[in-house]
Amino acid sequence: MTDLFSKFDPLIEMRAQLLSTGQEDPYNLVMERVLSPTQAICNGRETILLGTYNYMGMTFDPDVIEAGKLALDTFGAGTTGSRVLNGTYAGHRACEDALKEFYAMDHAMVFSTGYQANLGIISTIAGKGDYIVLDIDSHASIWDGCKLGDAEVVPFKHNDIEAMDKRLGRIPEGAGKLVILEGVYSMLGDVAPLKEMIAVAKKHGAMVLVDEAHSMGFIGEHGRGVAEDQGVLDEVDFVIGTFSKSVGTVGGFCVSNHPKFEIMRLVCRPYVFTASLPPSVVATAATSIRKLMHGQNKRAHLWENSKILHAGLKDKGFQLGTDTPQSAIIAVIMPDLERGAAMWEALLKEGLYVNLARPPATPANMTLLRCSLCAEHTSEQVQTIIGMFERAGKAVGII
Amino acid sequence: MTDRATTAAKIAELIEPFNKKGVAITDATTFAGDLEFDSLTVMDFVAAIEDDFDIIISMNAQAEIETYGQLIDAVVKLQG
Repeated sequence: MTDLFSKFDPLIEMRAQLLSTGQEDPYNLVMERVLSPTQAICNGRETILLGTYNYMGMTFDPDVIEAGKLALDTFGAGTTGSRVLNGTYAGHRACEDALKEFYAMDHAMVFSTGYQANLGIISTIAGKGDYIVLDIDSHASIWDGCKLGDAEVVPFKHNDIEAMDKRLGRIPEGAGKLVILEGVYSMLGDVAPLKEMIAVAKKHGAMVLVDEAHSMGFIGEHGRGVAEDQGVLDEVDFVIGTFSKSVGTVGGFCVSNHPKFEIMRLVCRPYVFTASLPPSVVATAATSIRKLMHGQNKRAHLWENSKILHAGLKDKGFQLGTDTPQSAIIAVIMPDLERGAAMWEALLKEGLYVNLARPPATPANMTLLRCSLCAEHTSEQVQTIIGMFERAGKAVGII
Repeated sequence: MTDRATTAAKIAELIEPFNKKGVAITDATTFAGDLEFDSLTVMDFVAAIEDDFDIIISMNAQAEIETYGQLIDAVVKLQG
C-alpha cells in the first residue's frame, strides 16, 4: 500500500529537525486567556499581541459584545442552515445592510469566512473560456478560488503594472477578463498602486476584483480601503473583505454595484452549500461595522503606532518589508528560518507574540516576523515592543 | 529550420540565464526535478518566454508542462 501521507515527509522532517533543538513550536501556540485586544496569556506567559490582524481592537468593544449576547439569547447558538434555505435570519440581512452603508454600494453578500468569499466569487464569476489575471503574491484563498473555477489563470509579477498590461493585451478577443488585486498585501504590508492598475485593467475591458481584507476599517477616509484612499473605489467591480480582521469576529463578504449581483446567491456554491454564520456573529459584525464608520480617531492612532514602530525597528537596525510604513502590517525580514524561529521564540519569552511567516506562504522564499498593529496598542506598548525587539535581536545575533 | 527547430533554438537561448547549474538539457529534462526550478524561477522564466513569443502560457497550460520538450511543443502550438 502506498501511504498517501508520504508526500508530507519533507515537511515532517523539517519540523522535527527544527523542534529537536528545543525550539518552541511557532505553530502550536495556545492563548490560555485573552485579556484585551492587545494582551493575552500565551503558553503561561503574559504577552503583548502583535500578530492578530485585530487592527481596530473591536473584539472587546462593549457594544459589540452586548449585541452578540443579545442575539445569542434571542436567536440561539446557530442557524443550522444555508443562507438560501433556513439560514437567513434578520441579523444576516442587517449585517448586509451595514456593509452596503459602509461601502456606499448597492449589494452585499455575507459568506461564512473571508476564504469562502474569495473562493465563491472568483470560481463563480470566471468560468470556462474566461481569463483571470492576478498578482503572483495573491492570498491562498484567491489562488484556491482560481483552482476551483474553470478559467484560464494568468499571474503577473507583484505590483508590476507593465507585466499586467502585457498579459491583458494578449488575451484573445472576446474572452471575459477578471483582474484580481489586493489593497494591502499581508506578507510585507505593502500597498498596491490600484489607481494605475485599475486604469490599465479598464483599458482592456476587464472587470476588477479587489481584496481589501487588510485595509478595511483603517485605510481611506471612511475606512473603505486602499481603492477609496486612491480615489478609484467606483471603478472596482467587486470588493472582497473579511470580518476576521478590523471587524473583530469571523465571516467574509463581497460588495458590488453590479446590477445582476443578487443572482450570486443562487449560483455561488461556497455560499449555497454551507451553513450561515451564527446569529451572534452577524450581530457582532453588524455592530462593529457601524462603529467603524466613525472610527477616525482610532484610525489616526493606528497610523501613529505604525509609523513609530516602523521608524523604531528601522532605527535599531532591522530590515523591514517596506521602506516606509504603508499599512498596519510591518514585516521584519529574517536571514533564514532557523534564526527567524529563534527570534520568534526570544520575542515570545520577552512577552511578545508576532507571526512567524515562512515559505511557501511568503514572497521570494523569505522568512518574516510579521507584526500587525492595533488601534488599542498604547504608545507605551509600542515603545515596550521596540525594546523587546532590540533585546531579542541582539540575543539571537540579528542586529 | 522547421517551426519547432526555430522555437527550440529561441527557448534554448532564453533558458540559459535560468539554468544556473549548467544542466545539460534535452527534451526529457524536467523543470522541477532536473533543473530544480522553484515557483519564482518558473514565473520569471515563463514571463521571459511569454514576452519573447508574445503569447500567454496560463497556469492551466503550465500544469501540463513537465519537460523541456513539452514546453517547446506547447509554445509551437500557442503561436498557432
